[in-house]
Amino acid sequence: MADAAVVLDHVSVAYGTNAALRDVSATFPKGAVGLLGPNGAGKSTMLKSLLGFIPPKAGRLEVLGINVADRPLEVRARLGYMPETDGHIPGMNAVTFVAYCGQLAGLPVSDAMQRAHEVLYYVGLGEARYRNVETYSTGMKQRIKLAQALVHDPDLLFLDEPTNGMDPKGRDEMLELVHDLAHNKNVNLILSSHLLNDVEYTCDHVVVLDKGAVAAAGSIDQLKGPAGRVFEVRVKGPLVPFIEALRASGLECKETEEDVMRVFVPGERATPGQDQRRICEIALATGVQVRHLRASIPTLEDVFARAIGEE
Amino acid sequence: MSPIHDQSYRRYEGKREPLGRAWSVITRAGIRSTLSRKALIALLIVAWIPFVVRTVQIYVVSAYAQASQVVPVDAKMFRDFIEYQGIFVFFVTVFVGAGLIASDRRANALQIYLSKPLLRMEYIGGKLAILVTFLLFVTLLPGLLLIVLQVLFAGNLDFLRANLYVIPAVVLSSLVRVLVAAFTMLALSALSKSTRYVAILYTGAIFFTNSMFVVLRIITNSTRAAWVSITANVDVVSDVMFRQAARYDTPVIVSVLVLAGLVAISLSVLERRVKGVEVVK
Repeated sequence: MADAAVVLDHVSVAYGTNAALRDVSATFPKGAVGLLGPNGAGKSTMLKSLLGFIPPKAGRLEVLGINVADRPLEVRARLGYMPETDGHIPGMNAVTFVAYCGQLAGLPVSDAMQRAHEVLYYVGLGEARYRNVETYSTGMKQRIKLAQALVHDPDLLFLDEPTNGMDPKGRDEMLELVHDLAHNKNVNLILSSHLLNDVEYTCDHVVVLDKGAVAAAGSIDQLKGPAGRVFEVRVKGPLVPFIEALRASGLECKETEEDVMRVFVPGERATPGQDQRRICEIALATGVQVRHLRASIPTLEDVFARAIGEE
Repeated sequence: MSPIHDQSYRRYEGKREPLGRAWSVITRAGIRSTLSRKALIALLIVAWIPFVVRTVQIYVVSAYAQASQVVPVDAKMFRDFIEYQGIFVFFVTVFVGAGLIASDRRANALQIYLSKPLLRMEYIGGKLAILVTFLLFVTLLPGLLLIVLQVLFAGNLDFLRANLYVIPAVVLSSLVRVLVAAFTMLALSALSKSTRYVAILYTGAIFFTNSMFVVLRIITNSTRAAWVSITANVDVVSDVMFRQAARYDTPVIVSVLVLAGLVAISLSVLERRVKGVEVVK
């Protein structure tokens, strides 16, 4: 596929006897793609397989049209990887570390140093670039990981949980950077995260992984807007029979933290108000009072919940 | 290229080095960073004191021929010089080598390294070259310089003509000593995240095998068990290279096999431990 950044063809990966990816076939288009899934779904394993760290038991991995098994070095020369866990080269300050990473990726010494200064300013570490990386805070370590991944100007960026451990302000700034890279600087990226908001803000496409298999894939707009509507519902009365009744009649239901359920009504709408009436009838039948019923905009959370069958 | 004050992200359109050179980047950075440690500079200076002593010896023998009856300049002198440098090989190996991979493992640096376009063997080669460079600096370089000085002080090539094998002997015995130490230390460094623990492990391996040899020597009243000691094996091989009488009863082929096995085990350990991802089973 010419427009694909990454293609997985029946890929299976296992750690000993534990399967991490099970016969996964997926295509990641160019642009910003979210790799979404709960912890342990196989997201990091997929990225590490694409980097050639973990050879698959079966299947074929292709990055930017290059077979990973055949030409791993060429693949890695065009990739930038921001790992999930902290990582740095001991004893180096930030600018030396990033320039060193640039040289490892094939940049000449002077260019690597100049790019290191530039990307450190870009990620917001300009003032702290002569400090030893070991003295950095968690948020700064996240930024320097992004800088080392960017220094050689990769064609494709793998970001593994880039907002991990960051405070709300730092998290917003990191997401702004990722959004800017993807939408203004035309850097292709795959953002692996279990945080729906991160993916929804920064990405156009999403691949949802669950238990080592692809649960859903496509553009976020398409996935959010299937044939169906979402309603926010708050009720008073016996909740469990109401939810069971909703599910029995083919409606999907997800509880949120704010005590407001999100009810997804699949299929095309026949007449205005029909969905609301349907929900109210179920409430009446199960003896609960509807206190709040409002049409809502589908979010990635709905897509995620439907894809992995989360209650 | 635009100036540094441009704080936005730009695409890079400059040239890129061909693949396969990343090991030299690792080596250069490693040597630079190691040389910034003053204690190492001091150690390297001390390691050259025997060279100064041998230089004086060669000068005296060249100037006063009768001095050769007390302190002869011959193949044995060169063998002894390389052998005595073994103590500095030990200290430099511990000082430089212990943290080479252990520090990277502690800082989770392997995933950074191996996400770049370099093979695991390039990473290992780059790290190995750091240690080998410093070790050759205290063995091969002074050894070869001593030969050059002998020729300069004597003003003729008579010694070399009579002992031409000394040149390859100095080169090979230095390489054997250096490579065995470097591979062993690098493998141990890949086994732990603690530099201190690695240093203790290496020291233990050297001293424990030597002690075993000493004990077996006392028990059996023979030196046939010299193969259990790492340094004794190097000495056995070194004796053959310098055409000296064997000091131990262990056949040279046994010592060669033991040393080759040690290097093979080290490579196997490195192959298993140097990975971009650590799988906890």
